[in-house]
Amino acid sequence: MDTALLIEKSILVLLLFLVSLGAAAYMTYFERKLAAWIQDRVGPDRAGPFGILQPIADGVKMFLKEDFIPAKADKWLFIIGPGIAMFTALITSAVVPWGPKLHLFGRDIVLQVADINIGILYVFGVISIGVYGIMIGGWASNNKYSLYGAIRASSQMISYELAMGVSAITIVLLSGSLSLTTIVEGQSEVWNIFYQPVAFLIFFICALAELNRAPFDLPECESELVGGYHTEYSSMKLGLYLFAEYTSMFVSSAIMAILFFGGYNFPGMSHFSGNTLAVLGILAFASKIFIFIFVIMWIRWTIPRFRFDQLMHLGWKSLLPLSLINLLVTGLVIAYKNGWF
Amino acid sequence: MSLQIISIILGSLTLASALMVVLSKHPVRSVIYLVITFFLITSMYIMMNAQFLAVVNMIVYAGAIMVLFLFVLMLLNLNKEVEPMATRGSQLAAFIAGGSLFLVLITALKDTLILGQSYRENHSQIGLVKELGNLLFSKYIVAFELTSILFIAAMVGAILLAKREKQIIE
Amino acid sequence: MESLTNRKKVVSDKPMTLWEKIYLPAIISGMLTTLRHMFRKRKTIKYPEETREFAPVYRGQHVLKRDEQGRENCTACGLCAVACPAEAITMTSAERERGEEHLYREEKYAATYEINMLRCIFCGLCEEACPKEAIFLTDRLVPTYFERDNFTYGKDKLVESLDERIDITKRQHTGKRTQL
Repeated sequence: MDTALLIEKSILVLLLFLVSLGAAAYMTYFERKLAAWIQDRVGPDRAGPFGILQPIADGVKMFLKEDFIPAKADKWLFIIGPGIAMFTALITSAVVPWGPKLHLFGRDIVLQVADINIGILYVFGVISIGVYGIMIGGWASNNKYSLYGAIRASSQMISYELAMGVSAITIVLLSGSLSLTTIVEGQSEVWNIFYQPVAFLIFFICALAELNRAPFDLPECESELVGGYHTEYSSMKLGLYLFAEYTSMFVSSAIMAILFFGGYNFPGMSHFSGNTLAVLGILAFASKIFIFIFVIMWIRWTIPRFRFDQLMHLGWKSLLPLSLINLLVTGLVIAYKNGWF
Repeated sequence: MSLQIISIILGSLTLASALMVVLSKHPVRSVIYLVITFFLITSMYIMMNAQFLAVVNMIVYAGAIMVLFLFVLMLLNLNKEVEPMATRGSQLAAFIAGGSLFLVLITALKDTLILGQSYRENHSQIGLVKELGNLLFSKYIVAFELTSILFIAAMVGAILLAKREKQIIE
Repeated sequence: MESLTNRKKVVSDKPMTLWEKIYLPAIISGMLTTLRHMFRKRKTIKYPEETREFAPVYRGQHVLKRDEQGRENCTACGLCAVACPAEAITMTSAERERGEEHLYREEKYAATYEINMLRCIFCGLCEEACPKEAIFLTDRLVPTYFERDNFTYGKDKLVESLDERIDITKRQHTGKRTQL
């Protein structure tokens, strides 16, 4: 490993870290604005012009609040919980290809931290670890609402991971690789959404459930569980939990854009080359991510929450069989095309 | 050389956290130590360039099975008073069973060590998806299919157990 | 029976069709509704800069009126105190002395007149009960204080001052007298 590569990757990691945190911060602002618009209100508009300094004010507030640990809580696990949540939310972005190759200072810079050949499995692995943050935090709080939130989160995540995985396997079947770069490059002509609309729908619903976003926000529902797993949390520990949710929303929007909407590919790509192509690709990818985030928020402020039995019914009795049928059909079609019959 | 140092550190950490699983008094803590152990094993797979196995280990063991473990443990009321005390007899039985399993494992591992060394020298791509898929669907196809039948049998059994209880209530 | 409006909806629990069971059309129509709301006019009034308009019949802080010659209208009959459901009004009456005709219109006047603003519910029944057109509720707000005793308003706060008359012509009249 040469030094230049090391520096390049470190800069990329640092940039990614800052971008994900910044995006998460401004997503809170955008979410509040959107909620306000949907409800015919104005939203935050006091901090700076149009309230664009609101996230900074919120962050300062979070830092200055009293940091409280309940007397009967398991102290270490209580502290570790939000850390795990934030950590897993941030490391998912390591395998995301953010754009075509950039040519700077006489070097080809790959806009991806690590092109491991099992990228999609890595994403699933990290997502499956993410539930520990919620579980440990919820259990360590020693509060019945938190415990309920933790239990709901774990059962919900396990249930929806299956359908999510199966619908992702159809994409793997289509592109013949587990590497996210190969999956994106395979979509330069036609995006996967046109081949796999059902898989996308299942994946999107499951992603909402994995993110604990409405209408699947049962682990943290305010009206029933008083905040769920983060009832006992305050100050920046609470901030980390909320931040982790927005960061993983950002990253999973990126993953959905990669798997189904061609990542950094955009129509009319062949007219550009070099750094122009790279910049345009990054912009296309960013706008896709933005649209996904917008839709996720739009859904939150439209659809009411599920009941828990409805959630389990949807996961196990509708989405899982549907995704299995979809996988079977995709496999058969691919086998037929390859002339195996 | 540095790889060797890293693997020695990882190995000792794995052993230490595995020991903590047994030694820690609180069940939830020992589950968390078990999760850490799985992570360290995952990192060892990565050291051996077996990325696929590493991630599958992370998804299946750390991500799914341990979550279920934690799930069950959280639902139990684990106070000091209700903790079941092991009698001297059962402690002795556990010691003998664990000890003999340990012996069997050591004798089994003694022979496989040499085989593993030769594999590592020949194929650097052994742990990657393509190699693994080719092996699973050619050389080990019978074992693979038998395992899947075993899993289906287990699933059917679980569903049957759940169903029968419901019918009794009705 | 014929319904008065056509808005009646017959409740039915017939099983859902497959189209309804998919739920997606319903979800999409709901999301279109929220999308339409995104572009509507905002209903927010940004308070310190903008204030909401008061209705002409707003019932705020009371005023004890004077007539055109600056004499107090109130004759301390006590009807307002009787009418008050919250029992917020107390008063003591006194007889008008010779030489005080320019101060009080009637021969009897209120020596003290107190309204406890913490008890008052601003119902306006005092205004309605008054036979002399003396007490009115205005569109002024009662300010807040930290102590309770500040809320008992005496004549010093209630009676309008001579040089700063309070216009009540737009207010709802009780209809007893058209003009003063």
